[in-house]
Amino acid sequence: MNLAEQLPVLPVIIPLVAAPITLLLPQGRAPHLWATLISWLTFAVSIALVAMVSDAGVISYHLGDWAPPLGIEYRIDMANALVLALVSGIGAVVFAFAYRSVEREVDPRQSTFFYCAMLICLTGLMGVTITGDAFNIFVFLEISSLSTYALIAMGAKSDRRALTAAFNYLVMGTIGATFFVIGIGLLYQATGTLNLADLHDRLAGQSNRMVEAGFAFIVVGIGLKLAMFPLHLWLPNAYTYAPSAVSAFIAATATKVAVYVLIRFFYSVFGFDFAFVGHAFTYVLLPLGLAGMFIASLVALFQDDVKRMLAYSSVAQIGYMLLGLSFATVEGLTASLVHILNHALMKGALFMAVACVVFRTGSHSIQAFAGLAKRMPVTTWAFILSGLSLIGVPLTVGFISKWYLLTAAFAAGHGYAAFLIVASSLIAMVYIGRVAEMMLLREPPSEGPYAAAKEAPMSMLIPMWVLVAANIYFGVRTDLTGDLAVRAAEALMLVAGGAP
Amino acid sequence: MISPGLAIPLALWVPLLGCLAIWLLDKSPNLREAATLITGAILFALTVTIFIAVSTGQRPGFQALEVIDGLPIAFQAEPLGALFAVIASGLWLVNSVYSIGYMRAGNEKHQTRFYMSFAVAISAAIGVAYAANLFTLFIFYEVLTLSTFPLVTHKGDEKARRGGRIYLGVLMATSIGLFLPAIVWTYVITGSTDFVEGGLLAQHVEAAGPIVGILLGLYAFGIGKAALMPAHPWLPNAMVAPTPVSAFLHAVAVVKAGVFAILKIVVYIFGIDLLKDTGASIPFMWIAAGSILLASAIAMNQDNLKARLAYSTVSQLSYITLGAMLATSMGVMGGAMQIAAHALGKMTLFMCAGAIYVAHHKTLISEMRGLGRVMPFTFGAFFLGAMSIVGLPPMAGSWPKFFLMLGAADAGQLAIIAVLIVSSIVNVVYLLSIPVQAFYMNPAEEGAKPQGAGGAFIDWGALKEAPILCIAPPMFTAAGVIALFFFIDPLYRFLLPLIGGG
Repeated sequence: MNLAEQLPVLPVIIPLVAAPITLLLPQGRAPHLWATLISWLTFAVSIALVAMVSDAGVISYHLGDWAPPLGIEYRIDMANALVLALVSGIGAVVFAFAYRSVEREVDPRQSTFFYCAMLICLTGLMGVTITGDAFNIFVFLEISSLSTYALIAMGAKSDRRALTAAFNYLVMGTIGATFFVIGIGLLYQATGTLNLADLHDRLAGQSNRMVEAGFAFIVVGIGLKLAMFPLHLWLPNAYTYAPSAVSAFIAATATKVAVYVLIRFFYSVFGFDFAFVGHAFTYVLLPLGLAGMFIASLVALFQDDVKRMLAYSSVAQIGYMLLGLSFATVEGLTASLVHILNHALMKGALFMAVACVVFRTGSHSIQAFAGLAKRMPVTTWAFILSGLSLIGVPLTVGFISKWYLLTAAFAAGHGYAAFLIVASSLIAMVYIGRVAEMMLLREPPSEGPYAAAKEAPMSMLIPMWVLVAANIYFGVRTDLTGDLAVRAAEALMLVAGGAP
Repeated sequence: MISPGLAIPLALWVPLLGCLAIWLLDKSPNLREAATLITGAILFALTVTIFIAVSTGQRPGFQALEVIDGLPIAFQAEPLGALFAVIASGLWLVNSVYSIGYMRAGNEKHQTRFYMSFAVAISAAIGVAYAANLFTLFIFYEVLTLSTFPLVTHKGDEKARRGGRIYLGVLMATSIGLFLPAIVWTYVITGSTDFVEGGLLAQHVEAAGPIVGILLGLYAFGIGKAALMPAHPWLPNAMVAPTPVSAFLHAVAVVKAGVFAILKIVVYIFGIDLLKDTGASIPFMWIAAGSILLASAIAMNQDNLKARLAYSTVSQLSYITLGAMLATSMGVMGGAMQIAAHALGKMTLFMCAGAIYVAHHKTLISEMRGLGRVMPFTFGAFFLGAMSIVGLPPMAGSWPKFFLMLGAADAGQLAIIAVLIVSSIVNVVYLLSIPVQAFYMNPAEEGAKPQGAGGAFIDWGALKEAPILCIAPPMFTAAGVIALFFFIDPLYRFLLPLIGGG
């Protein structure tokens, strides 16, 4: 047994084992340093996995040496290797960023629990992504969700509304998880297996009521988790009242992982032999994606709370991802995968910039942003650059996403969708522009609660700018994101069986 | 001598280095302005080097990097781009001298930010000029929009904020909403966005044929900087900026980047023949003609000098769009010449407007009666510039009108010739009337003494001119307007490859 053979299990095992150890550490700096170290380690392992998959193709790891389909299989192809790298990468940045922000926004007595819960959340998200077993997905999804409920509730020190936000999310998230597990149960009934690849083989030709019902339950269940419009109602409050570092982490990872699960079920488990997959694309994902893009963007336009504005923007951005995968083409799927990565980069950076503002002003209301270009120039420019990325200005990742999405729309014969996509980006321009104008062109307040704002500490600025730099680097070089996403999409399409 | 191939990347980087130097020299204004002028001089030398190389038939270029397959950031100089780059960098140098006079006389704030934004903007304009494909052009087009935003909102008051909002809103909305989809559509059809002699889409007629008209519309309105009505409102609103910004950016760099892009797309993406064969450009030719007349009519009703000049610009820019949409070689030639002639003429007018503001704090035309007698140099330059815009010889502005009329005749569009004539007459009314009133009428204010009392037309002893740095530049460009009239033949021969000759 050598390390390389055991590599695939490490991204889950490392944070899982490290999480309880956090509780044993003394309060103060130690839990943060420990969690950051673990997140970096996890990231390093994930990068190694991407390299391995890129060289050697699909990795199949048998947990406890029990052969699939009976045993649990970790199955890593290009698609989930990318998501693994993304989740752990965002984790590595946000964990490093979190210390000062958490110190201010979370009750100090809870700090060890906080980092423990963050690590459990990371474990869950990595587990969902890496596993090749349907029931295992459910387990990890619940691990990540339960820890997220707790993390959101920890925002109660700054705003008691965090408690109701967490409770709402708990109810909605549990409904989603229940639907998901019912769906898996029905598929198990139909096939007698839980392994995803095995499910795909055994489902072939079985288009009956049970399979259809299972499919529907899974789509709705995951739809709740990924905040598919109109199942997004839990999201705005959860992102708004969670501690800022938590908002940055889950906004960049949790919904993305759920989108990945959706892609996995559509493309790898069901495939285009089932007529209902095509119908779900045409009659559910496409219209809901478009509706989400517009309605959520328009709602974002009228928010005076910047975190809530970004939360609605996330719902809109998920619309882009659903739109891309609903085209059922390599280009569309590539666009979806690329946008999963890119949106995490921009939204992570935006939420971190807001976290810096909250750290100095204690508020995420748009009024707190007045004149910040003079008081917090480094944070301001981080916000503006990642905002430009969100709008899709060239030389940022947002442009790359938009380019893939637009080419996919034209190539799939959905030219009208291309114009709706750009129209929705224009709405993003307006709501980002509102905040940018506030920061750039207003005079900073000379009195009141926001008057004392100054630049955020280095420990927050550096991780934030790492993400901002990534927004620009991957906006110019796409050989790591775009090219790998194309390979992932091609592999997924092959399993799914060509065009529907 | 630097090789032309190296001159292109240098021309992109030099202004950015200049921007850095300006930032570092924040504390010592004289050195800071020296940095701007030195940068401008180097840049001008570089663009002239490239211009000369292009005139000998070379097409220097380089590829920076490939962002996505078939989507490189690449540059290549061809006649139209080389011309635009020389105009932009040359007039930037002139305008920098003018800016120093204007900004210091007006005691403006945030001068460092002002010069830095200018340097980034000129780098973006150079990028637009030398772009070898639509993708690269689009990148620098957007950089140009964003880098000029701080200049438009320079004053920082509510009016400036409102102007800035409309400026950014219209330019970004059109570029992301229409221009970008048009580029992607072109890419999906052809697999590339390169500028190709004879036209990229002309090589894919089977796929592109039915949608040529739609694509052309997306480009024509998507390139908001060309200010084709109704995509023009950003231009009058940009006039809240200090006058050097209006003079250079909103008479030269930004607006010319727009019409330059339109010409370039018509020539190298569609191909003149494709447009001629499909007739797709005819509706847009009429829209441009309508834009010419309508903007002139609005200009006539403006009492604010800068607003009048802005609407005049909207009208004059549509000459270039019109030239492109005529889909004849003479039309394209006229459009290309109009880029040069209008840049010189309109910049003169704006700089004069700024000089009047600096010396007398007057912005309304009705208040400028009689002012010519105390500002003869300013109004003299204004007169020459206005003559050129109208299209009277011996001013450069007469040539584009001549070629456009030839182009219209070639295309069999005689009504367009009538439009051009009417427009020139209207121009006489609303532009030439300004210096005429300034010289021949008495001041409007009651009780004011008639200027030049004592019989002399101009009282040389009682001149109240703007500082020398504010009047020398417009006089220089006014002289340029006359010079260009006589040097039009070399320019014509330089531009010939554009229309397949030479």
